[in-house]
Parts: sequence; C-alpha cells; structure tokens
Amino acid sequence: MTEIKQYVLLRHRDVPGLDQLDVYRQEGGFAAFQQAVTAMQPGQVTDVVKASGLRGRGGAGFPTGMKWSFIDNNNWPHYVVANADESEPGTFKDREIMEKNPFQFLEGLALCCYAVQANAAYIYLRGEFWQQAHFLDAKIAEMEAAGLLGEHLFGTEYSLRIYTHLGAGAYICGEETALLESLEGKLGQPRLRPPFPPSFGLYGKPTIVNNVETLANLPLILEKGAAWYRTYGTDKSPGVKIFSLSGKVNKPGNYELPLGTTFRQLIFQHGGGLPEGRQIKAIMPAGASSSLIVATEQALDTPMDYESVPSVGAQLGSASVIVIDDSVNVAWLINKTMHFFKHESCGKCTPCRDGTYWMMHLAERIAGGEASWADVELLREVAGQVKGKCFCALGEFSIEAVLSSIERFPADFEQITHKEA
Amino acid sequence: MTKQITLTIDEKQVTVPQGTLVVDAAKKIGIDIPVFCYHPKMEPVGMCRMCLVEVGRPVIDRTTGQAVLEADGTPKVQFGPKLETACTLPVSEGMVVVGMSDKVKAARKDVVEFLLTSHPLDCPVCDKGGECPLQNLTMAHGVGESRFNYDEKMHLAKHVPLGELIFLDRERCIQCGRCVRFQAEVVDDPVIGFYQRGRAIQIATFSEPGFDSYFSGNTTDICPVGALTTADFRFGARPWEMRATASICAQCPVGCNITFNIRREAKSDGEIVIKRTMPRQNEQVNETWICDKGRFAYHFTEGKERLTAPLIRRGDDLTPVSWDEAIEFVAQALRDAGSDLLTLASGRLSNEDLFNLRSLSDAFNGKTALYTHMAGGDLTAQVGVGQGTNFADLGAGSVILVVASDLEEEAPIWWLRVKQAAERGATLIVANPRPTKTDRYASQKIRYAYGNEAATVLAMINALSAKRPELPGKVQATAEIKNAAETIKNAENVIALFGSEGLGLEGSAALAQACANLLLVTNHTGRANNGLIGVWPRANEQGAWDMGLRPAADLKAALAAAKMVYVAAADPLGDDPALAATLGEVPFMVVQELYLTETAKLADVVLPALPFTEREGSFTSGERRVQRFYPAVLPRPQARPDYAITGEIARKAGVDAETDSAARVMGRIAASLPDYAGIHYRRLAQVQEQWPIVGRGDLYYGGTGYENKQGLGVQLAPAAQQGQAPALTWPQVAEIAVPEGSLLAVPVTVLYDQGITVSTSPLLQTRIPQPYLTVCPAEAQRLNAEAGDLVQVSLGEQAVKVTLRVDENIPAGVALAPRSLGLPIFAPAAIQVRVAQKATV
Repeated sequence: MTEIKQYVLLRHRDVPGLDQLDVYRQEGGFAAFQQAVTAMQPGQVTDVVKASGLRGRGGAGFPTGMKWSFIDNNNWPHYVVANADESEPGTFKDREIMEKNPFQFLEGLALCCYAVQANAAYIYLRGEFWQQAHFLDAKIAEMEAAGLLGEHLFGTEYSLRIYTHLGAGAYICGEETALLESLEGKLGQPRLRPPFPPSFGLYGKPTIVNNVETLANLPLILEKGAAWYRTYGTDKSPGVKIFSLSGKVNKPGNYELPLGTTFRQLIFQHGGGLPEGRQIKAIMPAGASSSLIVATEQALDTPMDYESVPSVGAQLGSASVIVIDDSVNVAWLINKTMHFFKHESCGKCTPCRDGTYWMMHLAERIAGGEASWADVELLREVAGQVKGKCFCALGEFSIEAVLSSIERFPADFEQITHKEA
Repeated sequence: MTKQITLTIDEKQVTVPQGTLVVDAAKKIGIDIPVFCYHPKMEPVGMCRMCLVEVGRPVIDRTTGQAVLEADGTPKVQFGPKLETACTLPVSEGMVVVGMSDKVKAARKDVVEFLLTSHPLDCPVCDKGGECPLQNLTMAHGVGESRFNYDEKMHLAKHVPLGELIFLDRERCIQCGRCVRFQAEVVDDPVIGFYQRGRAIQIATFSEPGFDSYFSGNTTDICPVGALTTADFRFGARPWEMRATASICAQCPVGCNITFNIRREAKSDGEIVIKRTMPRQNEQVNETWICDKGRFAYHFTEGKERLTAPLIRRGDDLTPVSWDEAIEFVAQALRDAGSDLLTLASGRLSNEDLFNLRSLSDAFNGKTALYTHMAGGDLTAQVGVGQGTNFADLGAGSVILVVASDLEEEAPIWWLRVKQAAERGATLIVANPRPTKTDRYASQKIRYAYGNEAATVLAMINALSAKRPELPGKVQATAEIKNAAETIKNAENVIALFGSEGLGLEGSAALAQACANLLLVTNHTGRANNGLIGVWPRANEQGAWDMGLRPAADLKAALAAAKMVYVAAADPLGDDPALAATLGEVPFMVVQELYLTETAKLADVVLPALPFTEREGSFTSGERRVQRFYPAVLPRPQARPDYAITGEIARKAGVDAETDSAARVMGRIAASLPDYAGIHYRRLAQVQEQWPIVGRGDLYYGGTGYENKQGLGVQLAPAAQQGQAPALTWPQVAEIAVPEGSLLAVPVTVLYDQGITVSTSPLLQTRIPQPYLTVCPAEAQRLNAEAGDLVQVSLGEQAVKVTLRVDENIPAGVALAPRSLGLPIFAPAAIQVRVAQKATV
C-alpha cells in the first residue's frame, strides 16, 4: 500500500507535457467534464464525489461531497472558489499541481462548479504566486478558446467562467471566510460562523471553497469512479494525498502516496532518511500548525491518515511533514513558529492578537538563553490561556507546537534556561 | 408574534423572543456578561472574547425527537467542550448558560490579562478613567499583577487626530472595532477602518477631512477605553468631578435628549461650566445617539461677548441701565404703540417664552411674526404624526416620504432614524431635485425641477383621486409619481417629512399643504406612525406655531408698518443686510438676545436673555413631543430668561403674566391651548424602563451615554387624532420665471453654517466652509469658470463674492445657495453670476 503504480494527482511525472492542452486532452482530459455537463445531473456528480469518500485536502479533512450538498439552492447565484493560498509553512503541493498539471486542477474546478451550478469560479492565490496566476490565466484562455469555458458549454445551457485573484500576503487568508473577505476587497479577517460559506459565502451568496489538491482529484474520480478511488487509502481516509516532505531529510519534496502510508515509509523509504550522523527527533506533520510528534518507533509506524495521526498527539492537517533531527533544540523551533504566528495573526480576536505577541517575546527570550524555567512555565500558561478562546483556527493552532514541545521535550528547555527565576 | 424561548442563565430562568442573543437575555434579568466589542445596537462580531460562557443544550433522542431525561426526570443537558461567545449566540429552548463557573471566570481573567498586555495603563491621565469599561472589568475580573514584561510593551502614537474633532490614542485602543462598525453599520459613513494586522492593527481614517461624519462623537461614547476622545473634552475633566444635568438639544427639531456634564473649576474663574454634551437615552427620539453639531455647538451659550446688562439708546450709544429702567421704558413704548406693535421671534425660544410674547402682543392687539423660512406648522398641528409615533416602530408595511429635504443636513438624527426604518423594511420614497445621502436607502426616487415641489406631491394625488388640483403644465404624473402614489395609498402607515430644500416661505406653504392633502386623501392621519412632520430650521419651531406665531408673508412690509418692533432670538439684519433701511426706520425697536447682533445694534432697547443652558423651559419637537430642559449652569448675572423678561414687561404694562417660573407659564399654556391640556412639568419628567439598558454601572454594555431619569416628554395628539377632520384646501402653485442669462438660485440647508449657534464653537469652526455657490459643470463652463474661482453673485442691487463649487448632480440652470453662508438668498431667486477672480493653482 505504500506504492502507487500511476500518479493520480502528480500525473505530469508520468506524462511529459501534461500542462499542454492537447496532451492533457489526449490523456482523456476534459472527458469527465464534458460527460458531466452533457450527460449527468449536477446532483449525480456530487453523489459520485460523496461515494468516493474524498475529504478536503486543505487541512480540515471535511468530506467534500457533503460540503457540496450543503449549498443553499434557494439563493442564487452560486460561486466556487479554489483556495490556492497555500500558506502553511512546509506546504508546497498545490504549487506543483498548478505549475505542472494545471488542467487537471482546472477541470476539477469546473466539475465542482457544475455540481453546484456555479457559473463563475475564482482561484484565490497567495500574492507570491503571481507567476502561477499568469500561467493559469494563459491556461484559462486556452480553455476558453477551446470551448471548455464560456457560454453554452458542449451545446448545453451551462456556462462557466474562471478568474484568478491574487492575495496580498496574509496567512489568514487561507482560512476560507477570511479568503472570501479578501476576495471581496476587504481586510482579510475571518467571518463569524455560522453562517457557513455554502449558505453565505462570496458577496453573501452560496459558495463552495475547495483546496487546489482536493479539486485536482475530481477528474479521475469522475472518470474512473468512486470504487476505483477507494482502492487507495483507508476506509475512512480514502484516496491519495500529496505529502510535502521537508526538514532534515535527504530527499525533500512532494510525494503522492495513499493515505495511511506510515511516517517511516514517507521519511525513510521515499525521502531517503536523514543525512548521515543525524537522528530523527520529532515530526511536525502539518507545518507550523502542528504539535511536535516524538519520533518513537511507534510514532514512525503510525499511518498518515485523518484518524491515526491524532493517536500520536497531532493532526494530519495539510500533510506538510517537517522532519526535525537531534541537532535541533525545540525551543529554537517554537521561537520560529511564534514569530510566524505573531506576524500572521490578523488581529481580530484578543487571545490570538495579544497571545501570539506575548508568546513570541517569551519564546524569543527562552531561545536566546535569557530566560528562566519560570518563563517556560509562563509560556505554557499563556498558551493555555489562548487555547479554546480564539475566533478561528489560526489562533488555536498557534499554540500546538508550544504546548507539545514543552510537554514532550522538557529537557530542551531545561538545557537553555537559568535555574533561578 | 415572535416565538418565545425559555432558557436558564446562572440558574435563573428567562423567557425572551426567538433570535435574542444570550448576552442580551442575561442583561434583561440583571446578569452581567462582560463585553468589549459587543454593543446592543450593532451586529455582534465575537472578536474580543470577553463574553465566553459555558453553554449546555438539552440532549435530544435522534430517533424519537424527544428530550432525553435524567434519572430525576429533568432534561439531560450536554455541555460543549469549548466556551462559547454569549454575544454571538442566539438563545435556544432549554439552553443552560453558566457564567459563574471557574472555567468562565478563568477565561475572563485571561482575556483581560491579554488586553492589558497591549494597554498603557495610563488611567491616571486618561479621560475615560472613572467611566472606563476596561478599568471596571479589570477590577471585576482581572488579576492584580502583570506577568507581562513591561519592556516588551508596544509603544504607539498617543495623539493621533482623526480629523479636527476626534483624537485617537493608539496605545489605549483594544481593537474592539465598535467605532468602525458604528460608522459603517449605524450611520453609513464608513470613513474609519482597521489598518495593518495582528498586534499592529490600528484605527485609521481615510476621508478628507479626517473622520468626515456628522456622527463621529458617538464613537467616543461607545469606545470601551480612552482611545477615542473628542478634541472638545480631552484632558478637560475627570468623570467623577462632573455632575450630570438633563437638557434638550437646541439645534434642530429632532429634540435629542442630552446630558450636560458640568463642574466648577478654577480655570474658569471658579464658575460652574459645561465640560461636554452627552446623549441621554430616549428610544423614541434619539436612542443613544446625538450628532456632532448637538455635541459641540453648546459653546454658543458661553461666549465672553454675551450681553451682561440691559441697554438703552442714548444718542448713538447703547448705555447700560437697570432692569427696572429698561422694563419701564419698554412698557411705556408698548402703551404708546398699542396695536402698531410687531413681535418677531424665532423657534430658538422655548414654549414659555413664546407664549408670554404672544400673550403680551395679544393684550395690545399687536401683530406677531415667526422668524423662519418655513411654513406649515398649523398643518402639523392638525395632521401631524399621531400620539405614540415612533420611527423605531416603522418597518415593512410602512412608508416614509421625504420631500424637498437633504435630511442629514437638516436633521441628522431623523436621517438616521429614517435609514434604520428603511433597513427594517419600510419603503422610503425620496422626492428631491438632486441626489442626497437619503437616496441610498430609498426604494423609490422622484426627481423634480426646483419650484415643482408642491406640484409633484399634488401630481401624486391626481394620480389617485378624482380631485384634480390645477398644476403647472410642466409637471406630469410620471410612472415614478404614480408608483409612489399607489405605494402610499396601499401602505399601512405613512409619515411624510417635508423640508426646505430650495424653498422660500411661499413654496414651503404650498408644499406643506400638498403633503397634508396627500395624507388626508390616502387616510394617513390621526393615528400613531402616520402624519406630517416639518423638518424645521429651529428646535422649537413647532412650539412657536403651537403658541400661535405665524410667519409674515412679507416681513419687510410688516416691519415698515410697525411703530414698535419687539425682536426676540432673531437677527433679521444679520441675515439680510438689505433690511438695514427698513429696520433703521422702525420708530422703536426692542431686541431681546444673547449677543449684540446686527439687529440689536440698531435697537432702542436691548435686553439680555439667558440661553437654554442657564434656565428651565420646554421645546416641542418636530414630532410634537413636548420635552423639558433644565438649568445646567448658573445664569449670568443680569441676564434673565426670555419668559421672565416678557412677563415683567407685561406686568409693568398692566397685563397679567407669569414671571416666576417656566412651570407656571406652562400651567397657563395648558389652560389656554387645548392641544397642551394636561401638560405639566411633572408629567414631562416621567420616565419608563427603556431597552437597551444604558448608563448604569455597566458602562461596558451601551457606552457612556446617560440613562434617562429626567423625562421622556409627552407627544401631543394632532387635531386629526382628536376627531377633527381638517378641510382640504388646494394650494396655488406658481412657476418661477428666470430671465435669460440668469441662474435660479435656490437656498439649501447645510448642517455647519455661519449661524451664531455653530460659528461660536471653536471646534466646529474648522468644519464651516467658506461661503460658496454650487453649479453643474455645464453652467460652470457657460460662466467660463472653474471650481475654486471667486464669483460675484448679483441679486437685485446686492452683490456678494463667494467661491464657486461644481457638482454634476445639480440640474442645469440652477445654483445652490447654502443658507447662512454668505448669500442673502431666502427663496428661489434669479441671480447673475460672473467670475471675479480665477482660482490660483
């Protein structure tokens, strides 16, 4: 179960030139979209996706088909937004899809639009992805020229336009409601939920927000069927997933593997293990938002799926696996993550705005060797005060690394703090 | 009827309408759930996290749909793993809210601690200290000691002017966003916003001039810290040093309930002075808001140049004399003049003042004239809004018609109330020759040419009924007019507000009559939430009509015909220099005033009066609500209340009158005017519970606005509500002829003008524009002029130089002339305009 014979998402690695429209179509591209538009009811598309068990790849793992079925059909128009904000430190999977296999993503987006009967879709890209946005614009233009986007698609009444939109450099805009605010031209801050986007989304209209990788799964699910898709992965986490592997490994990069692949397989079999002389110490499976997993034998043998990772005290999230070796003091690491979260807090809610600022200063003092154990205790307490009180997940995730580090690697902190308060 | 929901909060049961938020449900039963970002008059946002509570919900068996019961038969309640924000959570049946648990207490402590890490704790020098929600909630829920390293505090700018009126202290700001949301949601002036993010997030203004809104001062009341302060009050006094005195705003016919905060202070030579104006809650009038004019313009009452003694003309000079001498002098003149007396007074005076003036004049068979540019106060007494009218009750099914009014400029709080009614679903019909801010909420808009105000309303009647008043040929019953007429006919409630956009007295009279007729033929009079409202230029203009004063159709002729003129609270010469010769010829003129006005300089006797801040009295608002104001500060020695001066003169002249107290004058008013029967000061001082609760110990909730303990006033019943059906009379509508080569100058109202009640406020002076005239781009081109040029405006024999403004929204052939801003234009008039000096670039 650790190998896939043919790529599902990173198919460009099998097929040279897949980013060219003619090549993509030769490989069966857009057949699924045409089939859906000409021969399927929108609800049937949703049913196939539901049956496939596909779960959102942005991090939360919410069942995609179920999300689509929440769309409010008494309020029109509908919108679909592709979340290409890819901002979690250590995550770089969507970028490869958009750069190398753009049509599969765009076809997936089109399928989602048809399923929820949206006639306009927006791709919200992080500001640094301006080259990718221009690239996608060109691909969208090619699709329009080829009659794959526009009015009366395939001779039906269905029409669809896709637009790209660049963000202005905020991590929070990966959160779907902050993304919608930003897309509307407002300050990127999350919205109060409920109502959720499927009932009140872009410009107050029912909206589906899906991650790029999620959408890229759709053409093959529609083409080959839900049962085929379920041959990958586990029962509750079916399918394949791109794991972005980074940190202290010999072969960092994106690895498309079935969900349920173990950490050991990813890091040692595919990623070539750690450089010589280095021992694995900890794993952050979901970027900066992760708890630190102690790299025990048992942890390494844990399957990477939505259900199993929590058993070792973390979340699968966006599956950006960062490997930390024994040369790293985790106090240094949380100083990094706290600087990140302090910088990226949107400022809307008190615990995150003021908590990340406070924790950053504490972490900085601790990492700089200027703190006592009392400061470590204080850091843990402050993190505890943030926990469970934030407006959105960003604030809640900002403390994962802090709390897990202090709990699981106390020696690292003892080593660099003064004994006296 | 909204469904009622019963829930339990801290072991107390409460039943509230569906949709109520937990935080409000708690407040209703006296339970405090602390908040910073939530405000009962705004949509919840859940940002500050101070209101976190434990929430349990009854467990429902999914198969049966029935509540699962505990062994003892009580419903089983399941508590969620996380605390929830009470401010964003609507109540649900059987919900159990716990705000007293250790977990909740810890959460409140935590949130306060977070807020204080970013707060300078400069309470000893902060204006909010003593009435500060952050201070109070820190005392109640915070810890005594800071664990935050002081050296790591952010230091930010502490004196950031968001324009001339409001200052921002960035260190004190706790980013609750109340001010931003108030400006965007409540008053629709989204001129401030958040800038930056995270701990660096801050309030910024992006209008020119900064914080350009007539409602900006309210943000300082709802700011839960000392981040926003008014330039007027900042560093002026500590809250606990001040006493609160109730008053009524004297600036416009809305009649906002206000509180003056006063203190005796060394820097004012030991005098008791007003330190600030605050809103006083009256949910039927101004809710908890006031406009900036009402907040800052009180300074007109305290000028150093106020009159300090009665003056009598001796040759060219006005010489101070005793009151006895002055009163005797005037009484003698009265006896000499007899019925050749003309009393000219404005709606700036109280009911009591105007009643005494009227009584005095009547005793001598003299004439009275109301100094105004509007007519129709007799009609509002007949078909005005019915007793029990409240804009807050208007929603779907109701229609509000606004004719010839730039409502936000003429009566800002009415604009706000109308906006809110429209947001609740009321149909707003706006008829005006040019777009105004009111249009944003209008479901129907009617544009007519200046001069066709009454004809447009009459055309609505024509569209409905067989009665066909004569109309000028130009006015057609357009689809818009027919549609509006049908909407009005079919509405449950209709309130019509008529203003003075582009109108003189004559046009105003025709418009008022036309509006009254429209309401009569569609049967929208004589009951609550129906009827006519005049958007009067002065606070007590309705009261002046009720006291029997009427405008003079030809003021100049009336002045010329009188042997004695008694002017009170009016400055005709200051407003219109063309009256100089006429007033100079008046054989005997008495002026009763606060200041030595242009008119007073020509007087034979000048009598120093007291402003509303130094005495008692009552105003009748445009909604015909009689409201009491109280003395805020001690009267200046030598000056007296208007009613007392007039009463003394009357007695000296042998006429029975009250002089001792305003309350006794009100007794006479009630006895002689049927509409005022039963009105007395004790009744005007009655209050009842209002929602939301503000101004008590819980300043965190509604802000620092004041609770109303001094009276909500009494709304009068119009004649139509007393069973008297006024007869229809049809106004004559004349067209205005404009000679070739001339422009039609039309007077319009702007909130900040050069009137004495505005220009004497140092703060508002910065917002008063230079005198100007506005034309459309085509007219500017025809004049070979550009915006900013100085132009000479010729009107008959007068010529005035003003700055030209260009606005594409103004019709061709028309020039907008703001009232009290340098141009003596009181009614539509033909003017010639030419460039006097090109603007320097």
